[in-house]
Amino acid sequence: MPSGIFDVRARVIANRRLSSDYNVLALAAPTIAARAAPGQFVMLKAGSTYDPLLRRPFSVFEILRDRHGTPSGLSVLSKRIGASTRLFYDAEPGQTVATLGPLGRPFMVVDRPTEAWMVAGGVGLAPFATLAETLRSHGVGCTLFYGARRATELFHLDFFRALGVDLVLSTEDGSFGERGHVVAPLERALLSRSPASRLMVYACGPERMLAATARATAKHERPCQVSVERIMGCGLGGCYSCVVPMRHDHGVHHVRSCLTGPVLQADQIVWD
Amino acid sequence: MGLTPADLSVRIGTLHLANPLIAASGCFGYGVEYADVVELSSLGAIVSKGLFLEERDGHPPPRIVETPAGMLNAIGLQGIGARRFIDEKLPELRARRATVIVNVCGTTLDEYVEVSRILSDAEGVAAIELNISCPNIKEGGIQFGCSLDGTYDVVGAVRKVTRLPVIPKLTPNVTDVASFARAAEEAGADAVSLVNTFLAMAIDVESRTPKLSNVVGGLSGPAIRPIAVRMVYECRQLVKIPIIGIGGIAEARDVLEFMIAGANAVQVGTANFVDPFIWSKLLEGLRDYMERHQIARLDEIVGTLRLVDPRPRTEYEPTARRS
Repeated sequence: MPSGIFDVRARVIANRRLSSDYNVLALAAPTIAARAAPGQFVMLKAGSTYDPLLRRPFSVFEILRDRHGTPSGLSVLSKRIGASTRLFYDAEPGQTVATLGPLGRPFMVVDRPTEAWMVAGGVGLAPFATLAETLRSHGVGCTLFYGARRATELFHLDFFRALGVDLVLSTEDGSFGERGHVVAPLERALLSRSPASRLMVYACGPERMLAATARATAKHERPCQVSVERIMGCGLGGCYSCVVPMRHDHGVHHVRSCLTGPVLQADQIVWD
Repeated sequence: MGLTPADLSVRIGTLHLANPLIAASGCFGYGVEYADVVELSSLGAIVSKGLFLEERDGHPPPRIVETPAGMLNAIGLQGIGARRFIDEKLPELRARRATVIVNVCGTTLDEYVEVSRILSDAEGVAAIELNISCPNIKEGGIQFGCSLDGTYDVVGAVRKVTRLPVIPKLTPNVTDVASFARAAEEAGADAVSLVNTFLAMAIDVESRTPKLSNVVGGLSGPAIRPIAVRMVYECRQLVKIPIIGIGGIAEARDVLEFMIAGANAVQVGTANFVDPFIWSKLLEGLRDYMERHQIARLDEIVGTLRLVDPRPRTEYEPTARRS
C-alpha cells in the first residue's frame, strides 16, 4: 500500500488503569508509531463484532520505543464514557485492537525563542505528551496548564516534570492546585506576559475550555492551535460527521476536523 | 478454479463494471479522500456525495450517532455542488481511472434536470444516480421518492437530457418499494439502487434530547440488511432492469446474499467507515466463494434464490412442523 495510513491488528501490550474512568492502552503498532506526529490521531475498533460498530478516534498519547529507540507501539489515553471506551478500559494484554492511522493534521511545532504553553483539560492531556517531547527536544520552553476534576485525575505529571515542562495545575474540587478551571491561571499568565515575547498556545479539552482559551488568546493577540474532538464516523473524510464551523474568506462553513484538523486555528473556529 | 481467472464483472445496462462493489454515496466523500488507501480503479465504481446545483453546508453537528449494529446520520447533504465537483474532483478521479457515478440531488424537478445536464457534459462521468430518497432534507429528495408520480416524473425528465445510464436511488420509507422500482422502470430508468437509509431516531434519556441536531436521521449498517435484502428480492420479482443492492453489507457473504436475492451489483457504505480497506477483503471473499461453488462468472448467481417450497411468495404462514 503506497499510502502512509495503516490498519494494524495491534496487540494490547499493556493496559494501565489510572482511575476508575481513565486508562492508558498500549498497542503494538510500530508502523503507525513510526509515522505519527504530535497531534495526529488513530481510529480504534473496540471488539470485533457489529456492536459497537464504528471506530473511535484517539489522540496518540505516547510513542513507545524499544531498547534501541525504535518505535514499537503507541498508547492512547482513554476515558470511560460509552460502550467502546468501556471495552478499552477492560481490555487485557494479548487482545488485538484494529488500529487505523496516523490520521489528521498534526500541531505546527514552534522553535526557540518562541515559548509553548499547552492547555489541557481532563482527557485533553492526550496529545501533549508527544508534543512536549518534540518541543523540549528542540529546546523550546514549555508550560503545561492542566486542569482536572480532582487530584486523582491529574496524570503523568512526573513525565512532564522530567522533560522540564513547567506545570500549572488546577482541579474543579480544589483537591490539588488552584480550585476551578485551568483557564483562570492561563488568563493571568497571558496578562502578565510581556507582549514582546513570542508565544504559541496549544489547547485540548472540553469544548467550553477550548472556547474560553480561544477568547483569552484572541484578547491577548496570541496564536492558538486547538485539537478538537468531534463525533467521528470514519476519520478519513468520508462521512462528514466531524465538522466544525469555521470562518473563511466567503463566510462560515463546516470543515471536516478529521482532514483539516484535528488541530485547527482557534481564531477561525466559530465558538457557540 | 483452473486456468481461467474468476470473472467478477457485472453489467448495469450499458455500464460495465470490473466487479459488483460500488462505494455508496455519502460514505466515500468524493472518492479522492480515499485515493491514498484504496486503488480507486479496483472498485466496480464509486458514487459521489450528493450534488446539488449550489454548495450546501448541511446540518449542525451532532450529525451521526451509533445504534445497535448500525448508525443514524443526518448530515444534510453538505456538498460542493456540481460545478466545483467537475472542476476540483473529477480530474483526479479520471487520472486514477475510477468509474464515477454521480449522485444527483435537487429541491425541484428543474434542479435535478439541470444538475444532470451539467454532469452529463463533464468528462469522466459513467452514470447518474438520482437521489430521490435522502430522509434528511426538508425540500425535494424524498418528496419525489415517496410519490409514484414524483418518481416517474423525475426519472422521465432526467432521461430526456442525458445519454448516461439513469439510476434512481429508492427509499425504503414507503409501503411497497417494488412499485417505485416499477415506476422508475416505466419512466426509462436503466437500473434502480436500493435502499437508502431508514428514517429513524435516537434519544438521550438523561437529557430527554434527540441525539441528532436534526432530531431524525437515516439508519444504516448491518442492522438494516435483512430488510434491504427483502426489498431487493421484492423488486426483482417486479422489474426487469438491473438492481444495485444497498444496506448493511460488511462481508462477502452479504454481497452474495444481495446478488442471490436479485441484485446485479451492490453498494457498500457504513462498513467502509469501519474498515477503509474492506474492498480487497470483499473481493477475496467473492473469489473464494466462486472457487468453492465452481462459478466462473459471478453474475451467474444474480436472482438464483432457491425456494424450497415453490408457493407464491406472498404466503407467509408458518409451515406445519412434522414430528
